[in-house]
Amino acid sequence: MSVRSEQPVAGPAVPALRTILVAAWAVFVKDLRTELRTRYALNAMVLFAACTAVMVSIGTTFIGLRRSEEALLIQASLLWVALLFAAITGLSRGFVHEEETRTLAALRLAAPPAAVYLGKFLLNLALLAVLGLITSVLFIILVRVQVGSPLAFLLMIAAGSLCLAAATTILAAIIARASFKSALFAVLAFPLLVPPLIIAIQGTAVSLDNAGLDPVRGALQFLVAYSVATFVTSLMLFRFVWEA
Amino acid sequence: MHAVDIRLTVEGVAAGYGARTLFSAVALELRAGEALVVSGPNGSGKSTFLRLLAGLQRPEAGQISYATGGVAYTPREAAPLIGWVAPDLMLYRDLTARENLRFFAAVRGLRRDAAAIDALLDRVGLGGRGDDRLATYSSGMVQRLRYAYALLHRPAVLLLDEPTVTLDERGAGVVESVIAAQRRAGIVVIATNDPRELRHGDLVLQLDA
Repeated sequence: MSVRSEQPVAGPAVPALRTILVAAWAVFVKDLRTELRTRYALNAMVLFAACTAVMVSIGTTFIGLRRSEEALLIQASLLWVALLFAAITGLSRGFVHEEETRTLAALRLAAPPAAVYLGKFLLNLALLAVLGLITSVLFIILVRVQVGSPLAFLLMIAAGSLCLAAATTILAAIIARASFKSALFAVLAFPLLVPPLIIAIQGTAVSLDNAGLDPVRGALQFLVAYSVATFVTSLMLFRFVWEA
Repeated sequence: MHAVDIRLTVEGVAAGYGARTLFSAVALELRAGEALVVSGPNGSGKSTFLRLLAGLQRPEAGQISYATGGVAYTPREAAPLIGWVAPDLMLYRDLTARENLRFFAAVRGLRRDAAAIDALLDRVGLGGRGDDRLATYSSGMVQRLRYAYALLHRPAVLLLDEPTVTLDERGAGVVESVIAAQRRAGIVVIATNDPRELRHGDLVLQLDA
């Protein structure tokens, strides 16, 4: 752990990278501990994903969906619809909960802005990892989705989740002080997430059909690049959102 | 001799909400070892003035700066130098007092071991209650923990908004000792209407509604 002077500081210094990373980890652990105790976000997200999977299962049974290129695209689309809306249900909680419980001021005075963004981003990523795993398993069992390449499928879910986490973290910070938070979050998130979602749906459909990584390599590269661009931009802009 | 050479300068500061101006053209200067008491009726802007000093809000006009070692800082930049206690300072109810303090020490980049946290909890009168969640605390106990939060990083500037609100006599005694110690370490600013607390001020800023 980085240490500042134990005497009253002579002047405020710009936090070192190590200090920011330690602080980010502390924010992540604090949020994770709070989430595990209260399950504000996780319960809502998992419930939403499970309900969606059950409804999709009933619907596709009625249709009698046969395995075809179109059917795989429909299954991939429904999987990402479930993931997206479950994520939108829960991922704004990080900042909104700080605002609702009025702990933002204490955090603003103590933590470097970059550490707050990184910590919240890590929590959203962890929540999405759990959500992605649960939703995928539910779809495979209930919707009888057959996965051609499990590795490609997992990587598509992981890369798509990375995009969701990068975009929703900064949006959650923006809407934390707004009225009608949930509605505004969905409205702002949608245009930012449409491009990666299109690619994620296409790539996931391909991973259901084919064995091997090569057919989804392009989609994975796009999603990782989009995530990195969104993450870096958000990290640079976050200070202005945080101190507004 | 004071621990930190620090100066707080307020120049022509104004604040308000919408069309309503709370105060304007406030100017003052404080040095280490000095205490300012901000007084005035409810709604006169005492808490807002302290939020401006803490960098949690921006003034509508004027400037606030902290200078130490010949370098001037905005209130936001000076956050590591500032401790803030106020009724609207909320800590994490789902965490214990010890978890709260460990968290805020970590995000401030401080090393505070269990003994240091215990000593701080003892100092504010919460010894033995460090492992209880804040959700189970009374309002007076939460107010005591706010002092632990504010003193954790040994700030050069201590901003106290209604310092003894919800505290019992023993808690008020803790506040007295904190103010006395802070006067030796740096600057104290107190927003209050309590006549007993007015005597702490070397300077009194009277705000009118």
